Amino acid sequence: MNHQRSPAPEPTTRPLQRIPMRRSPLRIARTLLVSQYALMVEFRAEIVLWALSGVMPLLMYAVWSGAPAGAAAGVNPQQFARYFLAALVARQFTVVWVIYAFEEDNLLGRLSPLLLQPLPLAWRYWAAHLAEQATRLPLVAAMVLLFVAAVPAAAPPLDPMRLLLALLALHLGFCLNFLMQYAITMLCFWNERVSALERLQAIPQLFLSGLLAPLELFPEPLRAVALHTPFPAIIYLPAQLAAGGPIAIGPAFLNLFGWLALLLPLNLLLWRAGVRRYAALGA
Amino acid sequence: MAIVRVEELGRTFRVADKQPGLVGTLRHFLHRRERLITAVDQLSFSIEPGEMVGFLGPNGAGKTTTLKMLSGLIHPTRGRVSVAGHQPYRREPDFLGAITLVMGQKQQLIWDLPPLDSLAVNAAVYGIPDGEARRRIDELAEMLELGPELRRPVRKLSLGQRMKAELLAALLHQPSVLFLDEPTLGLDVNAQAAVRSFLADYNRRTGATVLLTSHYMGDITALCPRVLLIHGGTLFHDGSLEGLSQRLAPWREVSLALAEPLPAERFAIYGEIERCQGCEVVLLVERARLTAVVGQLLAELPVLDLEVREPPLEQTIGRLFQTPAAVAP
Repeated sequence: MNHQRSPAPEPTTRPLQRIPMRRSPLRIARTLLVSQYALMVEFRAEIVLWALSGVMPLLMYAVWSGAPAGAAAGVNPQQFARYFLAALVARQFTVVWVIYAFEEDNLLGRLSPLLLQPLPLAWRYWAAHLAEQATRLPLVAAMVLLFVAAVPAAAPPLDPMRLLLALLALHLGFCLNFLMQYAITMLCFWNERVSALERLQAIPQLFLSGLLAPLELFPEPLRAVALHTPFPAIIYLPAQLAAGGPIAIGPAFLNLFGWLALLLPLNLLLWRAGVRRYAALGA
Repeated sequence: MAIVRVEELGRTFRVADKQPGLVGTLRHFLHRRERLITAVDQLSFSIEPGEMVGFLGPNGAGKTTTLKMLSGLIHPTRGRVSVAGHQPYRREPDFLGAITLVMGQKQQLIWDLPPLDSLAVNAAVYGIPDGEARRRIDELAEMLELGPELRRPVRKLSLGQRMKAELLAALLHQPSVLFLDEPTLGLDVNAQAAVRSFLADYNRRTGATVLLTSHYMGDITALCPRVLLIHGGTLFHDGSLEGLSQRLAPWREVSLALAEPLPAERFAIYGEIERCQGCEVVLLVERARLTAVVGQLLAELPVLDLEVREPPLEQTIGRLFQTPAAVAP
């Protein structure tokens, strides 16, 4: 026989010892954030372009600042300036792209190795989004400073409590948007092209989140409906809190927590069903 | 007690059956037709702790499907699987911490970062303390002959270096069962040898169980005293390579160098003529008749040189794969 055979294995010199897994969620989160931040820094040029593409609130400020409809609704130019500057910041830190990343990972077969690790995939995408936000932070700060220099009236009122609430609402708004889009993302396990669904939900989100105009400018019936959807929590709530505009804080947070409470278990159910489906299709 | 036990395992896939062209497209749109494909059928085997087992079969034989069922990525359609005391498809954290699956065509390392970043994530995910993770990385890096490469972005590494780093990432949590699907795919000869040497060393040091698929017979012959050969989704052979060779090729190759050329018809009585070019002749002779035929050849023909060889196993298995109906299990 031509083939050379290796000798039989010698006695083990360092037998494997099963060390019980002592997994710390904090350590996992920290390590994921550090590695994803390092990754996002590699993509900094791309992230600058993404950030620049999110300046729609500034364009909307230009549209609304001279419009009589604003005055008719009792919103003065300073309130517009403050609102749209805050909306710009909210837009930058609540944007979610998990559907596109997951869809690509699924199509390129990158999910299988990750599914073999004892960590739900949502952790990785969540960390990637936070890292991307950290990467665009300096650019957003520069945009805010430039806008305030150009329109001094846009400087937000210094109300520490409202600013703190605005920061909380901003992060919770991101979490809500993430959970909404992750629920759609889970449909990737049933259909490989779910980004079309994302575009479908982008339309109501665009109008009802307050990105195009503060909800005060909406007709009352539409405004009442909008306030019961999850979308205002993404832009309108943090923007009005930071801008010092009129908003019913309690009901707005109640609405936000209600949607979070609904979406969290829905995501868990979809994840479990999705992984079963993935396994059923052949991974 | 077996660490991997597979009993009557089966997996069927439902796939779309669409005819090409516009008519086929419209017909498929109006009335979608599907058919069932059996990727694995009635597969049974068991593997003892510490064994290195080769898993052979042609493309589409069901090797990767089987490995995915063993690692919990796919649900079996029928049959039972137990790996390290777990049912893989439940994907319990203890099970995921006890196995690894390395796929030569897929990667877990983050493409734009150095491997060390991915290793830090793996250490956290598997709950390996920092000091222990550093010790394991140093030990595995030494075995794999990786050094500065761990600090270079993965995209800048050669294919061989990348596969070594993938192995390091896959073994950081010290799995007791390794499923390796084409780990040397696309590597040059030196890198293949390095990976083989590492796997043998790792198995010797840790006693880990290895189930390895490869299209390079060198991987199997160098590492696996036992092979499983599946064909058409069912188990064709479970045993040694010699046993497989004897079963598949009950003949030997006899090469002759003659003093003068002879017509090919002269050799038909000795065996099947593989090649006859001038003074060079190669015959396939049944093992049972080998001694007698060699004696006859030396006595009856002007033989200058004679060599008896085992036919290459790749060639033998390749013949089996090309003629599925000709050789029944």
